[in-house]
Amino acid sequence: MSCSSPTIAITLDRVSKVYPGGHVAVRDVTLNIQTGEVLVLVGTSGSGKTTTMKMINRLVEPTSGSIRVGGEDISKINPIQLRRSIGYVIQEIGLFPHMTVAKNIALVPSLKGWPKPRQNERVAELLELVGLPPDQYAKKHPHQLSGGQKQRVGVARALAGDPDILLMDEPFGALDPITRGQLHEEFLKLQRRLRKTIVFVTHDMLEAIRLAERIAVMDGGVLEQVGTPREVLAHPATRRVADLVGADATLKLLGLCTVEQALEALGAESPDALGPVIRSGDSLKDALLTMVACGRASLPVVNVDGTLRGRVTLQGLQTALAGQEKDRRPQGAARGQGTHA
Amino acid sequence: MTYLLANGPAVWRLSVQHMEIAGLSCLLAILIAFPLGVLLSRVRWLTGPVLGTAGIFYTIPSLALFALLIPILGLGMKPTVLALVLYSQLTLIRNTAVGISEVDPALVEAARGMGMTGVQRFWRVEMPLAVPVVLAGVRTATAMAIGLTTIAAYIGAGGLGVLIFQGISTAHTDQVLAGALVVSAIALVADLVLALLQRALGSVTGVRAWAS
Ligand SMILES: Nc1ncnc2c1ncn2[C@@H]1O[C@H](COP(=O)(O)OP(=O)(O)OP(=O)(O)O)[C@@H](O)[C@H]1O
Ligand SMILES: [Mg+2]
Repeated sequence: MSCSSPTIAITLDRVSKVYPGGHVAVRDVTLNIQTGEVLVLVGTSGSGKTTTMKMINRLVEPTSGSIRVGGEDISKINPIQLRRSIGYVIQEIGLFPHMTVAKNIALVPSLKGWPKPRQNERVAELLELVGLPPDQYAKKHPHQLSGGQKQRVGVARALAGDPDILLMDEPFGALDPITRGQLHEEFLKLQRRLRKTIVFVTHDMLEAIRLAERIAVMDGGVLEQVGTPREVLAHPATRRVADLVGADATLKLLGLCTVEQALEALGAESPDALGPVIRSGDSLKDALLTMVACGRASLPVVNVDGTLRGRVTLQGLQTALAGQEKDRRPQGAARGQGTHA
Repeated sequence: MTYLLANGPAVWRLSVQHMEIAGLSCLLAILIAFPLGVLLSRVRWLTGPVLGTAGIFYTIPSLALFALLIPILGLGMKPTVLALVLYSQLTLIRNTAVGISEVDPALVEAARGMGMTGVQRFWRVEMPLAVPVVLAGVRTATAMAIGLTTIAAYIGAGGLGVLIFQGISTAHTDQVLAGALVVSAIALVADLVLALLQRALGSVTGVRAWAS
């Protein structure tokens, strides 16, 4: 999905972090993050995701190893300048309660010394972008916003200085599933437009699958596997990754494919016009669940307009799944990258 | 009441003097305590020694402290102001330090992560968020200063204590009562003004005013 000639935006080279007291939070992590990709760091609580992320904007200094951003060793960049050039959404949102929404968003531009009118323009533009009408929201204080709205402001604030890189630490963590789903949609839409390099932290594998171009799985400070969501789901590199992926990896994998990918021609028997149907754009997971729910081994597939398209069968699902896994084998090279298991 | 009506100008003069002493003391006290409080929030190990010292002054009985300062500074306003400044240090330093230390660390980290310098972080994030707690300290210190100024009349500082001590020695109960009443009124008004300020700053800064 990424650009045809991927350039590297961020490089972590054998990075470790030992906190005072001797706790090794991150152990020898090597990872390349490509320009314009969404890389999701996923792992259980305490696996070192936040620490890894904070080393990129020097909120945490690595104990050993080096990090390059845009080809430049960040230990040689002034941390204040570095941070102003990287958008940051923290785990607890971190909107300043004593500032209006507009002031929060305009913070980095004001630190960078933009003239006032340009700041105001930027605030309006960003509020628009995250779906909050400026005339309604600019003057509000954070405590007057819902959780979802706060998250949107958090994202807008991180984008304000027009950074090429965005670090997002569980930005949608504290939301109900529906709002979360909405924000995921918007996130993907936004990213298609902006093409930022995004490092996104979550402990939720489903969220990772949803948003990532590549997933980096961490466990106990170690980078266990890096790969596309399909690679990670189909071929977990280690036991720990398999555990994290969960027993329903197959179901998650089916969720990533559309019915279109397992479409078959209609058989001799004519389909039951009144029975359940599935749309060609739905996921194979939906198809499977529908089959199980109504006890059938095959379903008619229809177009959005309701015209008959073909059918999908249980057998076909299995074939598609096997194909998924086989297909990805040759690309498995990327899978080994950066692992240290 | 009749006493107040009959002696309006004199009472007024003493009230103004009373407010001057208390106000000046508070102002000086804040100027000293605020930087110290900020320092404590930065250099944690200083907390014990600094607050310990301020605590010692806090516990010396006021009359004794006044008496101790007379040989050094003589009678009148100087020893009074110094004593009041010493008394209010504990409250003011502690509230400043606590107010700043209690700012949500996630917010301080957000400020850091966005590329604020230490100074920017202090003035734009930590201080505005600490204001309600700092002002709560100022309210307590002000009430205390207004009360203690009364006793300072004993060492010739003037103020409304003059009325009260005179009243006691001449057995004029209405004079004592009048003095006490006016002192209370001044304390109440001062507290009200500060409470309003606290509320106003709290709503400007979007922070819930500190309950006190
Ligand atoms: N400032 C610190 N000092 C000492 N130890 C720390 C510090 N910050 C984190 N740790 C430890 O380092 C380990 C990794 O922490 P980190 O915050 O990176 O985990 P995480 O993967 O982000 O977890 P979560 O999903 O809970 O946010 C944990 O065991 C944590 O206790
Ligand atoms: Mg974390």
